[in-house]
Amino acid sequence: MTDLQLARAMFGTTMGFHIIFATLGVGLPLMILAAEIMYQWKKDKDYSIMAQRWTKGFAVLLGVAIPSGTIAGVQLSLLWPGFMEVVGKVIALPFQIEIFAFLLEALFMSIYVYAADRLSAGMRILSVSLVALGALASAVLITNVHAFEGTPAGFRIENGQIVDVDPWAGFFNPSFAVSAVHVGLSAYMTGAFVIASVAAFKMLKHKSRGKAFLFHRKALMMSLAIGGLFSVGTALNGHESAQMLHEYQPEKLAAAEGLFETRAYAPLAIGGYTDEATQSVKYAVEIPWALSFLAGNRFDEVVKGLNDFPREYWPPLYVHTLFNGMVGIGSLLILLSIIGFAWRHLLKRVAFPHWLMWLFIASGPLAVMGIEFGWIFACTGRQPWVLYRTMLTADSVTQTGNIGLLFALFVTIYLILGIATVVVLRHYFRRHPLEKELEGSAIGS
Amino acid sequence: MSDELIAIAILWLFVFVYSVAASIDFGTGFWSMIYRNHEQSKATNIANRYLSPSWEVTNTFVVLIVVALVSFFPGATFTLGTVLLVPGSLILLLLAIRSAFLVYSHSMEGYEKKLAIVSGISGLFIPALLILVLPITQGGFIGTANGYEELLLGKLLTSASGLSYMAFAISTTFFLSSLLLADYSRVAGEQEAYRLYRRDAILNGPLSFFMGLVLVASMKSEAAWLYENLLQQINLLLFSAALFLIGYTALWWPGGQKEHMQGRPRIAVLGVVAQYLLASYAYGKAHLPYIVYPHVTIESAFTHPNTFRALFASYIVGFAILMPGFIYFWRMFMKDKRYVKQR
Repeated sequence: MTDLQLARAMFGTTMGFHIIFATLGVGLPLMILAAEIMYQWKKDKDYSIMAQRWTKGFAVLLGVAIPSGTIAGVQLSLLWPGFMEVVGKVIALPFQIEIFAFLLEALFMSIYVYAADRLSAGMRILSVSLVALGALASAVLITNVHAFEGTPAGFRIENGQIVDVDPWAGFFNPSFAVSAVHVGLSAYMTGAFVIASVAAFKMLKHKSRGKAFLFHRKALMMSLAIGGLFSVGTALNGHESAQMLHEYQPEKLAAAEGLFETRAYAPLAIGGYTDEATQSVKYAVEIPWALSFLAGNRFDEVVKGLNDFPREYWPPLYVHTLFNGMVGIGSLLILLSIIGFAWRHLLKRVAFPHWLMWLFIASGPLAVMGIEFGWIFACTGRQPWVLYRTMLTADSVTQTGNIGLLFALFVTIYLILGIATVVVLRHYFRRHPLEKELEGSAIGS
Repeated sequence: MSDELIAIAILWLFVFVYSVAASIDFGTGFWSMIYRNHEQSKATNIANRYLSPSWEVTNTFVVLIVVALVSFFPGATFTLGTVLLVPGSLILLLLAIRSAFLVYSHSMEGYEKKLAIVSGISGLFIPALLILVLPITQGGFIGTANGYEELLLGKLLTSASGLSYMAFAISTTFFLSSLLLADYSRVAGEQEAYRLYRRDAILNGPLSFFMGLVLVASMKSEAAWLYENLLQQINLLLFSAALFLIGYTALWWPGGQKEHMQGRPRIAVLGVVAQYLLASYAYGKAHLPYIVYPHVTIESAFTHPNTFRALFASYIVGFAILMPGFIYFWRMFMKDKRYVKQR
């Protein structure tokens, strides 16, 4: 592998690892907040226990999210010094403001966790709201930089010099709003489905209709409601994202759909793989006219094909599969929450059939895979550029060697942290079984 | 004051705040490990009570400093990013292990002590590596190969300045953290913990002071330009030394209302922090105008003026909004007797 490939692999691995924890770091506070509000509303102690137990899990995940985010932030400067020079001159604002969001989250997270017994109910809800706000703002602001890479704005490069800098124009670059909404919604969706997975798994284990079963069913229904809502939002926003690509990064949309020839009434290819030799997507199901409609809300919209662009600036063609994976998972999750709700509230059944339970259990890991696909699609679909049509990734990479060894070290650490987190979470929740807390609350109330 | 000076002053302030907070943070993790089998003294309890809510906030400053550096002085990114790749990555790896195991140790009953050893020891290496940024920027440890800059890591780690900076970082970590924990134990009314931490502060104070002197002496041969500039700040340095004496001797002053606890650790903390403030101000002033000697200066690396103005405004707004949060945090964990004295 070349140094460029190694650097990309290393940073990609860091991000791939970090976004699991970061996404849950955005998604779980909303679930905790929802549980706190339900508790105040229904006065059902189960919701308070939920909030406490999720907070514990969240605190452990933050123990990895924070250092891995620190790694990502610092690694940017270490691996991509050329890119960071432009960032420093033009798009420093979101990084800067992100720090404040991060501080807000850290301050109130400590207050919510370590001062919980001294806070009033109102103060507790305010604290966890600020944690949620800080987490969301961090994600939105980092996405801002990512959006800037795809649709750079607010500067020009003249003879290698950066001129005409307008930091706010860079901040409000064309794809910011749509990308930020996409990241926020999908994080909430993922947080909810991860909770749904755990709840469904526990329901299967408990079988009985005991207190623990009811507890987990409440958690499941709440997460299906929130997850369903946000997956619909993600899908609607995904449509806007596609239109944004159509307007600002047409070759990315073309690669996502494996479209070679520019045309109106363009079909949407689902599945299969893009074959450059035959200029087609092999083994795909094609929906006529759908891509044109997706891109421009009309069937005769002309969608640009890859052949309109120089070959060296094509994104890798495998992004088609990533794009399909992301969209497919998103659609499945919407369907799943609708079925879940219909079963419980229209058919009024107490329990769900086994096959459905297993689908619920799969929903969390699937949602995480969905955001991984989406993230990798968003970044590899921009290649070979680090700043679209402005700076090549190859021109921004560090010139130091040694990357291979460091890459190996980081992968080792991620493996250790990933495994240790699972071990610690299991250990903690085994030592503090739900049944005990439910009993405790029964005596208390 | 020029924009460049304002920017470097803000950066300096962040570095100063972080180095004090991080010394206390990493040192506290270390003491928590050292006294783990000393149950009757509650020294580990005191350390954890401080550390649990504060480490995340302290950690934020790592990113704050990197962001401030890159955004104010993007021209320094290429050089610093290149030469710091290896030490920076090591710091990141240690930081990841340290933070994660710190959190794990609070969630794994029965394994707390073993996990605390991992976070305590990895935490001790971090300040030693972090401080290496300073000798790197004072010149002499960056070579060129194939037209690119590269860090002479072997030379750095065997040089007088490299070693003395590291020794200074570790002794400072011990000193500042034991001093603060002495104060914290006193507020908590834990006599035995107070005795231990006061003793540690008494041992490490002169050591860190001596290491500071060695560090300056090492500059004389390895970074003469900085040494000469520093000597021009001699008044500040003497003042700083005087503050050290005040702070250090405060550990023996009569205890006031708490007669059974000799010393005034609060005054000691304030005196010693002021000592470090003045010394690092003198150091920073002597370092100007260089960010990395001799090629990168605050002028050559400075960001675009428009970006600077936007950043400056966002700092003011950001800290104004966060201030109540910091104050609330302080009251919850540093002043509230219900928290400090619990259990």
